[in-house]
Amino acid sequence: MVVSMKDVEHVALLARLELTEAEKHLYAEQLNAIIDYMGKLQELNTDDIPPTAHVLPIHNVLRKDQPRPSIDRNEALQNAPRQEKGLFKVPKIV
Amino acid sequence: MELYEKTAHDLHALLNKKEISAEELTKSVYERVEQVEDKIQAFVMTIEKDQALKKARAVDELLSRGERLQPLAGIPLALKDNMCTKGVATTCSSKILKNFVPPYDATVTEKMAAANTILVGKVNMDEFAMGSSTESSAFLTTKNPWDLNCVPGGSSGGSAAAVAADEVVFALGSDTGGSIRQPAAFCEVVGLKPTYGLVSRYGLIAYASSLDQIGPITKDVTDCALVLNAIAGHDPKDSTSVKIDIPDYREYLTGEIKGMKIGIPREYFGEGLEAGVKEAVLTAVRELEKLGAEVDEVSMPHTEYALPAYYLIASAEASSNLARYDGVRYGYRAENAADIITMFKKSRSEGFGPEVKRRIMLGTYALSSGYYDAYYLKALKVRTLVKQDFDQVFEKYDLLVAPTSPTVAFKCGEKGDDPLAMYLMDVCTIPVNLAGIPAISLPCGFSHGLPVGLQIMGKAFEEGSILRAAYAYEQSAGITSLKPKLTGEVA
Repeated sequence: MVVSMKDVEHVALLARLELTEAEKHLYAEQLNAIIDYMGKLQELNTDDIPPTAHVLPIHNVLRKDQPRPSIDRNEALQNAPRQEKGLFKVPKIV
Repeated sequence: MELYEKTAHDLHALLNKKEISAEELTKSVYERVEQVEDKIQAFVMTIEKDQALKKARAVDELLSRGERLQPLAGIPLALKDNMCTKGVATTCSSKILKNFVPPYDATVTEKMAAANTILVGKVNMDEFAMGSSTESSAFLTTKNPWDLNCVPGGSSGGSAAAVAADEVVFALGSDTGGSIRQPAAFCEVVGLKPTYGLVSRYGLIAYASSLDQIGPITKDVTDCALVLNAIAGHDPKDSTSVKIDIPDYREYLTGEIKGMKIGIPREYFGEGLEAGVKEAVLTAVRELEKLGAEVDEVSMPHTEYALPAYYLIASAEASSNLARYDGVRYGYRAENAADIITMFKKSRSEGFGPEVKRRIMLGTYALSSGYYDAYYLKALKVRTLVKQDFDQVFEKYDLLVAPTSPTVAFKCGEKGDDPLAMYLMDVCTIPVNLAGIPAISLPCGFSHGLPVGLQIMGKAFEEGSILRAAYAYEQSAGITSLKPKLTGEVA
């Protein structure tokens, strides 16, 4: 078992997921099977190989720093589960 | 032949000759949807018929004023439900976006509107495009028109099934690891994944941003070229969209492929390939040879490493992209959470389905401290090796030909409990996404009564060469006039 139950709980916290005990066991089992399969990559020596995060030779795409229209506040809020006074409303933070 | 059965280019000719009206065509398509949608279940939602007819009448108005129509004007289509449509719900087939109504259009949505097409509805998909069967949709199970007991493939299963069942003339799908090509193969339609950067991703709800690409799903290769003409091109709203001159892709539909050099990568014909699929694909290869193509076997030694690299990269990008679903600005919010962290956790846990959570977990793990180098960075390096395989063969060859999927469509529920078995279904399509190159799937016969897809891969931004070969094959092999029976019995 590469991925322990503790790992599953830690990763779930990082990912802001709340898992049931049954889900924790299931994901531990499945992640182990998947990660085990991913281990295949270690067969390759990649010491001198640069990583490819992106296939296109495009870097730092900039546009002119000029104001332009954007969606208005009401439109931006139309999908908000809760709103008040033109703001997104959420439960207590501190 | 009913109007709803025809291709876009045939319908365009009939419209321009005023032999039919756009209104008649739209009515025909809506009647077809009413007849068969219960069986196929392709649509997450359909646009009100009156609204569609109004748009169709506007096209007829153009005709009556003597204007020549654009190639796709008046043609009914469907959009995969991960493409934003202003004022029309866009769900990604996920509970977390069930009530999401985008305040803006995706660039492809705008382009389809500018082309005067008629939107019939938004079609089903695997939740957030994560899957190969459309079974992970939170809402409904789309069926394969060739056998209603089978999956249509995925993740653009709704797009492919709707086109195959003649519920729309064409559809747009998105392809991150095969999500246009594999369902096109399973449903006997044509699906093209363009070069990364050719079609704007603005307004496409992101799954894995370095891999996602929008493309056409059509009834034949000519329609594929027409739709690509309409959606390709630079978009300042997508910083990964490329500034190049876009040709008229119809110019490549000559039937002439004499002297084209085609490589057959041996690694795509290995273990796990269904005998009937292999036979259909090799028969198609002989057809291309007869047409004058020069065919050789080639080797791409890193092919077997593409799949594990892909699932690490795609999941890592997904875990980051999907962090935005927190119940604050849009989407599902869990009730009665005492504090904000609990609200995030509950909203995400209740809103995402099991496959999405699994990939978020896998991606978060691969990116987390202590594992980043061993998994994510390793996968990015292997991506380089996979891309180099393609660069090397494309020095000598114009195209590569292989199966789209190692098997034909499988039964609904067959791979439900085993995520790894489902991932392995993508082995033939994934390398293309890692390399960012274009590839098409087109029908090339049947195995066990179910459709087989022929995959043709090309160099970056050389969609033209792919379409040239695909068209030549389609014309010479004679695209099948068979239509699916929409029953549970295989032909």
